[in-house]
Amino acid sequence: MSELSTSYPASGATAPPLAFYETTESHVPNGTLLGFWVYLMSDCLIFACLFATYGVLGREYAGGPSAAEVLELPAVAVNTSLLLLSSITYGFAVLEMQRDRQRSMMIWLAITGLLGAGFITLELREFAHLISIGAGPQRSAFLSSFFTLVGTHGLHVTCGILWLIVLMTQVAKKGLIPANKRRLMCLSMFWHFLDVVWVGVFSFVYLMGVLP
Amino acid sequence: MSSHDTQHAHHDHHGHDDLGIHATFGGYMTGFVASVILTVIPFWLVMGHVIAKSSTAAVVILALAAVQIVVHMIYFLHMNAKSEGGWNMLALVFTIVLVVITLSGSIWIMYHLNNNMMPLMNPANLP
Repeated sequence: MSELSTSYPASGATAPPLAFYETTESHVPNGTLLGFWVYLMSDCLIFACLFATYGVLGREYAGGPSAAEVLELPAVAVNTSLLLLSSITYGFAVLEMQRDRQRSMMIWLAITGLLGAGFITLELREFAHLISIGAGPQRSAFLSSFFTLVGTHGLHVTCGILWLIVLMTQVAKKGLIPANKRRLMCLSMFWHFLDVVWVGVFSFVYLMGVLP
Repeated sequence: MSSHDTQHAHHDHHGHDDLGIHATFGGYMTGFVASVILTVIPFWLVMGHVIAKSSTAAVVILALAAVQIVVHMIYFLHMNAKSEGGWNMLALVFTIVLVVITLSGSIWIMYHLNNNMMPLMNPANLP
């Protein structure tokens, strides 16, 4: 033992200390947001497959109603405005979160949730109307792909609303602790991502679908 | 273990700054106004029957949608080349490549498949 400790400084003066990891490479300070981004990208691939399915089958009406006959653009315009407004209200909530103003942040979050709920209500009414006139998902390949794509987006928004409610409960109980702020930023990315997908839906499915 | 400890301490001290995102009111409003304009134009084009030719209208709608998606990415999702040490952008570029292959590949192949199959499927063309 004593022999080792006496002989070590002689060689240690020239040899660098052992290191088993990279010390020069920069690392991401908080990996959660990056990990969530990677999840969103994988979600993006799901939607890409559904968009491709709709792109292939969107004009296969099988003698059933065409997109121009069943899709109502005014309702979609209202839906689009609701989702766009909910994006900016979530943005305002994030701004309040940065200033640690919990109360006004909660109000903006509640407004965001209500706008999202309005979006889902309108979408469900549209689905119920389509099914009631015999244009359900089993009618034609167009309607199958339509219901799958739009329904998957609606399901995402529903999950986003549930997540929003859970987060508001957590913030109400524990306040704006760093963990809650991280979660709010994740939901912010999720919510804005759904708005990005909806841009694709209303352009590719609704607006291009009703073109003659 | 020591690297984990320093990371944890860093997290505690800079809990606010750790998120790495600094949203501004101006940024959100710029994004919102731009996306409202980019939403209203295609709806107006289609609902007002502004462009007679369908293929032209479709190209315009897709172009506006692409611009709007970029606007959302920059102003709402706070994308830039430096966030998360560039890994965000790398993942996004990789995803865009896959999305383009999936979409264009599916539509291209199925279009040709339809073209080749149609004469046989149509009863009028059967002998």
